[in-house]
Amino acid sequence: MPQNIADKIFAAHLKDQPFAGTNVLSLDVVMCHEITTPVAIADLEYRGMDRVFDPTKIKAVIDHVTPSKDTKTAIQAKILRDWARRHDIKDFFDIGGNGVCHAIFPEKGFIRPGYTVIMGDSHTCTHGAFGAFAAGVGTTDLEVGILKGVCAFRKPASIKVVVEGRLGEGVYAKDVILTIIKELTVSGATDHVIEFVGSTIDNMSMEERMTLSNMAIEAGGTCGICLPDAVTLDYLWEFVADDYDNDKEKALADFKQWHSDEGAEYAKIIKIDAAAIEPVCTVGYKPDEVVALSTQQGMKVDQIYIGSCTNGRLSDLHAAAKILIGNKLAPGVRGIVSPATPKIFDEAMKDGTMDIFRQAGFCVTNPTCGACLGMSNGVLAPGEVCASTTNRNFVGRMGRGGMVHLMSPASAAAAAVKGELCDPREFI
Amino acid sequence: MKSFGGEVIFLDRSDINTDEIIPARYLTEVKKEALKPYLLEDLEIDGFDLKGEKLQRAKIVVSRENFGCGSSREHAPWAFEVNDINIVIAESFARIFRQNMFNCGMMAIELAKEQIDSLFALSAKGDVLAEVDFAGKKISFKVAGEALTLDFALNEFDAALVEAEGWVGYADSKY
Ligand code: SF4
Repeated sequence: MPQNIADKIFAAHLKDQPFAGTNVLSLDVVMCHEITTPVAIADLEYRGMDRVFDPTKIKAVIDHVTPSKDTKTAIQAKILRDWARRHDIKDFFDIGGNGVCHAIFPEKGFIRPGYTVIMGDSHTCTHGAFGAFAAGVGTTDLEVGILKGVCAFRKPASIKVVVEGRLGEGVYAKDVILTIIKELTVSGATDHVIEFVGSTIDNMSMEERMTLSNMAIEAGGTCGICLPDAVTLDYLWEFVADDYDNDKEKALADFKQWHSDEGAEYAKIIKIDAAAIEPVCTVGYKPDEVVALSTQQGMKVDQIYIGSCTNGRLSDLHAAAKILIGNKLAPGVRGIVSPATPKIFDEAMKDGTMDIFRQAGFCVTNPTCGACLGMSNGVLAPGEVCASTTNRNFVGRMGRGGMVHLMSPASAAAAAVKGELCDPREFI
Repeated sequence: MKSFGGEVIFLDRSDINTDEIIPARYLTEVKKEALKPYLLEDLEIDGFDLKGEKLQRAKIVVSRENFGCGSSREHAPWAFEVNDINIVIAESFARIFRQNMFNCGMMAIELAKEQIDSLFALSAKGDVLAEVDFAGKKISFKVAGEALTLDFALNEFDAALVEAEGWVGYADSKY
């Protein structure tokens, strides 16, 4: 029977089927951060099972609140740090070398086509951009992943989203995924994998594909998968060249084994015309409440946030800087930019991008989740409004009583200069 | 097994997310019990009183579609658990939340829209009490002399997790 990519990855990792429909998969990577992992560690200790299945397959980072803001977060960081040391987890990233999990782990080459990946974080779907099956899980699943290297899943059906054509100027991957979520709704992909295909996706960089896959969960999706190709290979080449004897053809042929077969089954197929996508933003408190930015002119903003696992990568900073260059934040508007990893930070310093942000009046923070979930810096006061490049606009997400409008980095930069929501194409 | 059954609280909205169930500002807690006072703190829906007796007494939640969407935080089921709420009944659930419930030995039960509607209709008549027959997979809802008994289905794996009181014990004995 023809299989899609998720079917193939499931088949290759199936360890047990204790009951019909329950698939226990072996895991290639288990990723950990300091918010959801410490409770798993504490529970393992309590049960007298403080072990890890394979320290080389566990990756850990302190990213959500870093540097720690108070005693409680310092304790969370310490639990993770001590645990990584105790179990000889070499791929552990701490202050000075840490960055947002879904940006730093791919950057280090940890994710490969065909892999199975879990993390105690809903945006783990990001790593599907590499042709992997990557799913967010809760603490108990994480705990069992750490202990045994397995996770149980119902076999998700797949939804194929076909995006064809060229994106217009001022339209980015963020606008594409918000448009898709609007169409699917916040629950339209629940228990499904979203497979992104079509010429528009083929032409996207890995950074853009990660923006797409990152938000699969906002439609309820278990994972958002892109098919691994030459773009994937270029991104991973420094890490995989040896495995393939420096032979790109060989690597590509290997990647191809994961591609969905002709005639594979899909629960649904959605077609999107790239040329028709406009710069958009969310309104309200659900990520499927998406409207064209051109309809929101005049909506005042208090804060701009550029960062996160969705849009805190170098190309995102470049897109924002292109609009900010020679401009300043509108009077009364605060700007915060948080490069997602130290490498992105360094590159943005070297190529002058950070100067542009500084001259526009932005505050530059260290790589961290920061304002995205309102746990450390950049929290809104009740009634305040933020134009944000993050992925969630839930009520209270960036602070109690605050309103978050999700949009692309270019759109957020345009709002920064104008002091109100606007169509970023005004600046092109 | 955990104990199931008791008074029902009705949350009449779809897409109730885990940020509403337990806001991110409480994720710095490492002990489940510490979450107790903050359950549903950011939920704003008509007729829901966060400080009210009803929430204090509730043992079962009944809600609409896509319950528990958003963040993967298992703090959401825990916040229910430490408040003695071990069952959520809804038309549908977000995947991670549903799995987290069973992983903790709790239940996320899906019923058809018409059944959920009839439960909401019952709630208009007064405080609803529910009795759960796990072996027979039935729940009886009682209010003001009236009763409504509904069958529910669990897949075998979910039922096994409820009986094993969660996934850690199950997986450790098996893998
Ligand atoms: S940046 Fe935001 S969405 Fe991404 S992992 Fe951090 S808190 Fe979660």
